[in-house]
Amino acid sequence: MRPDSSLAPGSPRGENGMSLEGIRQKRPLQVFLGLFFGIVFGFLLHEGGLTRYDVVIGQLLLTDFTVVKVMLVAILVGMVGVHALKAAGLVRLHVRPGSVGSTVIGGLILGVGLAVLGYGPGTAAGAFGSGALDAAVGMAGIVIGSGIFARLYPALQGAVLDRGKFPAGTLPELLGVSAGLVTAAVAVGIVIVLGLLAASGL
Amino acid sequence: MLDWFVPATWSPYLVGAGIGILVWMTFLLSDRPLGVSTAYAKTAGMVEKAVSQEHCASMPYYRQVTPEVDWQWTITIGVIAGGFMSAYASGTFAVTTVPPLFAATFGPGTVFRFAAALAGGILMGLGARWAGGCTSGHGISGTLQLSLASWVALACFCAGGILAAGLLFGARVPAG
Repeated sequence: MRPDSSLAPGSPRGENGMSLEGIRQKRPLQVFLGLFFGIVFGFLLHEGGLTRYDVVIGQLLLTDFTVVKVMLVAILVGMVGVHALKAAGLVRLHVRPGSVGSTVIGGLILGVGLAVLGYGPGTAAGAFGSGALDAAVGMAGIVIGSGIFARLYPALQGAVLDRGKFPAGTLPELLGVSAGLVTAAVAVGIVIVLGLLAASGL
Repeated sequence: MLDWFVPATWSPYLVGAGIGILVWMTFLLSDRPLGVSTAYAKTAGMVEKAVSQEHCASMPYYRQVTPEVDWQWTITIGVIAGGFMSAYASGTFAVTTVPPLFAATFGPGTVFRFAAALAGGILMGLGARWAGGCTSGHGISGTLQLSLASWVALACFCAGGILAAGLLFGARVPAG
């Protein structure tokens, strides 16, 4: 399943005697790391105001651009770092293929859900942590919605989800150019949009 | 209005950079993108399993998304804890039921807000599984990998969300 799984813990990949593969395959450590990453994520989401219904809905009504700013900077910083780490051979990408039947239809359903709930799956959890009980009800709804999908999955799989498969996994593959070039172009685009938002006082 | 006044939060640029660096760490240490919505599907699977282990085992979806406590599940518990820590540390922890903007638009009824949250959550869970990711998995982790599906998904989240919010809150001319 994983290309480097033959590397034993302690193989000379990491810097401190502990290899990255070793860390990645220690299951109890990973369960703890998931918790730790979640705490950092929840803390950041709340500090950024993204756990507030009014901020999320304000974004969808185009009156409050906090969500767009946070997401664009996260994409910019994450994109540059992850591609640099990949170029250094330290990480691999995890890109899932998409299709019109899956990505477009599912994305539109999720968008409508976001407008009605006013939180995303992550921000609902953070909002619940900060005391918003409507977010906890929303979380129960997300579990129910996921369960409904799991029940529908066998019927949807052939009939809908596989319809109109996208021709490529990544933008560089689609365009036939290097990941470095697309990274640079997207980075410039994000900086321009952020600059325009700041200049227009949004 | 006073209840619109909120305590100072961190700059969105700082928070965005923090989330970006967090994604470096999840790739580096866990060989995974940062995503939250899979935990909800695992939880649904745990409920199915508790009701009937046999039936759950027969469902193809739960063979892909296994109903167990792992990285993808504990991350969401962490987000709840992180939200609590941030709110507690800044002294803004407060048990609330109806957000101010909802109350101003649809009235202060708790039952109505909970019903809307439940309905919205069901759509969100259905859509996230349907699209294979949510606002964090596709919207941040996927787009930053330059995944084609994730950029399309993000565009669809925005299109569906802006359209539905416009209809729900009355057509408004975007400010600016």
